[in-house]
Amino acid sequence: MRVTILPAVTPVSTRLAASVASPNKAVSALLANGILVLIALCFLLPLAWLVLASIDERASYQTQLPTALSLENFRAVLTPDLTFRPLWNSFLLSAGASVVTVVTSILAAYPLSRYSTRFNKPFMYSILFGTCLPITAIMVPVYSLFVRLQLIDSMGATILFMAATSLPMAIWMTKNFMDSVPIGLEEAAWVDGASAMTALRRIVVPLMRPGLGVVFIFVFIQAWGNFFVPFILLLSPSKQPAAVSIYSFFGQFGAIAYGQLAAFSMLYSVPVILLYALVSRGMGASFSMSGAIKG
Amino acid sequence: MTAELIVPAPAGSAPAGRAGRRHKPATPWRLLPVVPAIVLLLIFLAGPVVWSFYGSFTNASLTGVNAQNPAWIGFDNYLRLFSDPVFPLSLGLTVVFVLASAIIGQNFLGLGIALLMNRAHRFVAGVVGTCVVAAWVLPEIVAAFVAYAYFSQDGTLNQLLNALGMTGPNWLYSFPMLAIVLANVWRGTAFSMMVYRAALNDVPIEITEAAMIDGAGGAKRLFLITIPMIRSSITTNLMLITLQTLSVFTLVWVMTAGGPGNQSTILPVMAFQEAFRFSDIGYGTAIATVMLLIGAVFSIVYIRALRPSKG
Repeated sequence: MRVTILPAVTPVSTRLAASVASPNKAVSALLANGILVLIALCFLLPLAWLVLASIDERASYQTQLPTALSLENFRAVLTPDLTFRPLWNSFLLSAGASVVTVVTSILAAYPLSRYSTRFNKPFMYSILFGTCLPITAIMVPVYSLFVRLQLIDSMGATILFMAATSLPMAIWMTKNFMDSVPIGLEEAAWVDGASAMTALRRIVVPLMRPGLGVVFIFVFIQAWGNFFVPFILLLSPSKQPAAVSIYSFFGQFGAIAYGQLAAFSMLYSVPVILLYALVSRGMGASFSMSGAIKG
Repeated sequence: MTAELIVPAPAGSAPAGRAGRRHKPATPWRLLPVVPAIVLLLIFLAGPVVWSFYGSFTNASLTGVNAQNPAWIGFDNYLRLFSDPVFPLSLGLTVVFVLASAIIGQNFLGLGIALLMNRAHRFVAGVVGTCVVAAWVLPEIVAAFVAYAYFSQDGTLNQLLNALGMTGPNWLYSFPMLAIVLANVWRGTAFSMMVYRAALNDVPIEITEAAMIDGAGGAKRLFLITIPMIRSSITTNLMLITLQTLSVFTLVWVMTAGGPGNQSTILPVMAFQEAFRFSDIGYGTAIATVMLLIGAVFSIVYIRALRPSKG
């Protein structure tokens, strides 16, 4: 895995190599560790405010140790209007977009993976092109299109839009995962008279469940964190997800309630952090990477 | 979280399926399952793109008569755009933002961290990876609030400078672009780090070892062996982070809202302000179209760059 391995656990050849370079080796390892720790501190530093302010009743934009540990901020934001409904809306949007994306990508990936047609190549290139589109750029035209179609402030339309923006990437990943499911099993099913759709449902999908889990979670995390799309497309506060409600509430009235802002941010971030941990630990980050990198 | 972890990358991604694999002969109805995806993509992705070109030739507005019945005004929006003093400024700021935060910041820092991780202790590498990824996993609005708090007048950064006996400026007013660039490096480096970590893992250890035994020093090994071997990952990464950075909006909107004045008005912010603050949807759409074209050029270059390695 790693280019250099600690001498204690290395095979003979590496130990030989290591000893050739050994005078510098210990120093360079020490230096590498030191620099990395410094970098990690720089990355953690901005987060210190978030954690400290959330448990400090008198929090400001300054980072300070709270005089007294208090869960008051959390208690204050844990109301239906402030937390539960926005989080529920976030969940509806993210889950909706993920389900639509995953189902559509499975259906689309199947013919692309199993049959070769003249249609495959241009389609996959268009998909690749679609993954590159800067979505932010099209939000103004999307808004005016949605106004025309009278879809503004519709949860359903917002879910479909979010699904469509993540579809290119999802189809690309799903097809690659599906390519690694051996075709032999399906051929047996075809011989037994099963239709392609039955084979897909009974054989292929169960075999690629981990890959589909990765696709689902990535779409979910992306939708959960998305601010700009619901900010533009959803107008009534009762439909807005946490990303937008946090912005409008604290941006407009809450210039003083920094502690509550931090507490709410923590509550809102926890689900995606857990999901990310699930993907990277449970399924292995390299596994999810390889799904997309290797054709 | 705008970034996708997954990289549609070079290595043999033959879209037509693998050679040597048996395929059932295709008949048109077998392609039926692709239809839902195509419908979604046409309505919600291709639709807005086409609409963007169309809308940029109209005087559509947010409210009033022109909201319901916009008139065709030809190239007026574009003529206005190219004579608008904010546009060259905004374009320049966008270029600076992409160059400084993505190409230089995220790319080199990500590569540096990935290289250092290979030399460092396994435990240290793991902890550092988690810290860097933490900023990336946070929802974008939370990351933006955190960055705002960090760079504000009496925020963490200035507290640190005070502790060192210096008085920091009000970053968000005096150096808005610097603050935004640093914030985007903080938020986005994880992506480059992960891409390079995966790429470095694929460099066969035998080759580096052989070079080591032949007496090649660290710098030589890095520039003559490691870098050339992960070249395709570097190209992929550069393109993806460029495109991701082109569509950063939330971070800038929360931190400075494009201000003070127009000093941090990158293109997405300019499009948003024209459309929703000044109610000029048509003009905002023209800016969006320019961004789309820039994005399209990058995408085409990127897809071309991937092609030769398909073998």
